[in-house]
Amino acid sequence: MADKSVHPVPAVPAAPPWPLAKVVTLTEPRLIRVAVIAVTLGFLGLFVALPVVSVFVQALGKGLGPYFAAIKQPETWAAIKLTLLTAAIAVPLNVVFGVAAAWLISKYRFAGKSLLITVIDLPFSVSPVISGLIFVLLFGGHGIAGAWLAEHDIKIIFAVPGIVLATTFVTFPFVAREVLPLMQDQGNDEEEAALTLGAGGWRIFFQVTLPKIKWGLLYGVILCNARAMGEFGAVSVVAGHVRGETNTMPLQVEILYNEYDFVGAFAVASLLTLLALVTLVGKKLIELLQERR
Amino acid sequence: MNVSLAHVTKRFTLRGSPAVFDTSLTAEAGGITTLLGPSGSGKTTLLRIIAGLERPDQGQVLFDDRDVTHVPIHKRGLGFVFQAFALVPHMTVRRNIGFPLEVRKVAPKVRAQRIDELLTLVQLAGLGDRMPRQLSGGQRQRVGFARALALQPEVLLLDEPFGALDTRVRIELRHWVAELHRKTRLTTILVTHDQGEALQLSRRIVVMDQGKVVQVGTPREVYDQPKTPFVASFVGAANVLRGTVEGERAALGTLSLAAPAGAPQGAAVRAIVRPHEVRVTKGGQPASGSGAEPAPAGAQSFLPEPIAGGFGALNKTLGTITRIVGLGAVVKLHVALPSDQVVTAEVPRAEADRQAFAVGDRVVVDLREARVFVEDYTI
Repeated sequence: MADKSVHPVPAVPAAPPWPLAKVVTLTEPRLIRVAVIAVTLGFLGLFVALPVVSVFVQALGKGLGPYFAAIKQPETWAAIKLTLLTAAIAVPLNVVFGVAAAWLISKYRFAGKSLLITVIDLPFSVSPVISGLIFVLLFGGHGIAGAWLAEHDIKIIFAVPGIVLATTFVTFPFVAREVLPLMQDQGNDEEEAALTLGAGGWRIFFQVTLPKIKWGLLYGVILCNARAMGEFGAVSVVAGHVRGETNTMPLQVEILYNEYDFVGAFAVASLLTLLALVTLVGKKLIELLQERR
Repeated sequence: MNVSLAHVTKRFTLRGSPAVFDTSLTAEAGGITTLLGPSGSGKTTLLRIIAGLERPDQGQVLFDDRDVTHVPIHKRGLGFVFQAFALVPHMTVRRNIGFPLEVRKVAPKVRAQRIDELLTLVQLAGLGDRMPRQLSGGQRQRVGFARALALQPEVLLLDEPFGALDTRVRIELRHWVAELHRKTRLTTILVTHDQGEALQLSRRIVVMDQGKVVQVGTPREVYDQPKTPFVASFVGAANVLRGTVEGERAALGTLSLAAPAGAPQGAAVRAIVRPHEVRVTKGGQPASGSGAEPAPAGAQSFLPEPIAGGFGALNKTLGTITRIVGLGAVVKLHVALPSDQVVTAEVPRAEADRQAFAVGDRVVVDLREARVFVEDYTI
């Protein structure tokens, strides 16, 4: 850069007047290196690689034909569609909520701010089963709003709305947690500058803030999506396991497995595993893209 | 346009002292007014209140006679330059400068023309298609200025605009801003903690401390006639000596200076003197100094040798040179007084060479230009 001043290069220091110490190697003995690497790889192989491989081996154990037949089976197919629908609703909701919450916390001063930050983390700290139970207690037959809902013939628990609600709740922190530190880190200077230049709130958000947070947001969306599709506990409590109607993919895996339909169970499981792999690749890709900038 | 604040108070926390308290000031049209103070003195808060980025709890913001306290920020007609540049990172230089014009829906053709003018004004013609991160700090801040000037504001607000730059660029840009102001004559308010900037650029300086205005004046007034010890030591370097009032004099170790009129007996005093005001003479030779200074009434210019006691009435004391630092045009002397206090003196190079000062030399230190403050009266 033109404005950097050029400093004179300091003279190379002469050899120290004292005798040089014996050169010490900073690597461990070969045996220890091999042992440590072996333990690490062994652990990863046993607890990560082997299960992943075995899912696909089990799923494809009887060939591709039965594999696709298992996936096309109507109840399984319904579960896949329901999972996609749930994610398609929960993820956009959490993008809006998460970004709004992060915006609020990072741009404004108000009482109860730290409480809000704590509350955002609540879904992470509560067991998913409890999260599901909360909705049963609120909207179930004997719940607080249960009588009113029954009167108006609105079904939430043991129906799709309950699944979406529980999933949205459980996955809420992903986007907010990803975006909030980013926004706090970047400060409000550019936004304030835009404000002094006459830009309105929406323009500031879309032209200034959103481009600054887009990678973090995308990262949050990917993680949020993975969890939304894979959530078991909370959904299991509110879904009621009605076959072909309120079973999501993880619930379907459990049912098929309990019925000894291993090909079916592992076929669905392989799809979820595939999702996990795609998520990891996407995550890595985003990190690489961020580094390149 | 005159910009004034009337009795402005702002607190950020319920408890604790307010960021600014009952502050009034006026920035004159066409001049650079500087808010100078240490961090936490409330200067940036005042600037943000003028801009409309903060709302005062009490008090008013006036543009001439118009009360703009509740006028939204974009209707105040001002340009704001940020310390950390605050350029939008994913927009080119042209787009950054053109952003305010885009917001006001200025036609693309007019916009492009205006951007070209601004790029020329800030000497960045040809760099318009770069991204901010491809520019140096000084260049980025000039983009910041161009953007702030895009809507032809009536008031320019500068929040530590040189704070994020390294020394050389900082001084360069300071000259550039002085030049820019000569061209535009915009009413400008500058916030800084750097007294050098304040002294060089300002028509008036508002010195702030702990949320209050301590002194307002021209750079000369603030430098030569500081109202409080705080101002004296914050604006420019200063030696501080402590003592007490005895009779009509202030006694500070072996030194005796005229006390302020009406100072109570025994009151604690602080004497403040700038290094360049300290006169140092070797041995007992006549205090010829630079020759142009008027001899103070009653002071004797020629002293008998050897020097004995009894300098009290003459604002002088003996001392020993403990350190000599050459600073180019001036030589800095550290002189230890009998009271163990060390006074720093800055002597012009030629004068220092003439007297051939050396470490360990016995010298006469003349502090007649020291200002004496009675502690409780001024703080």
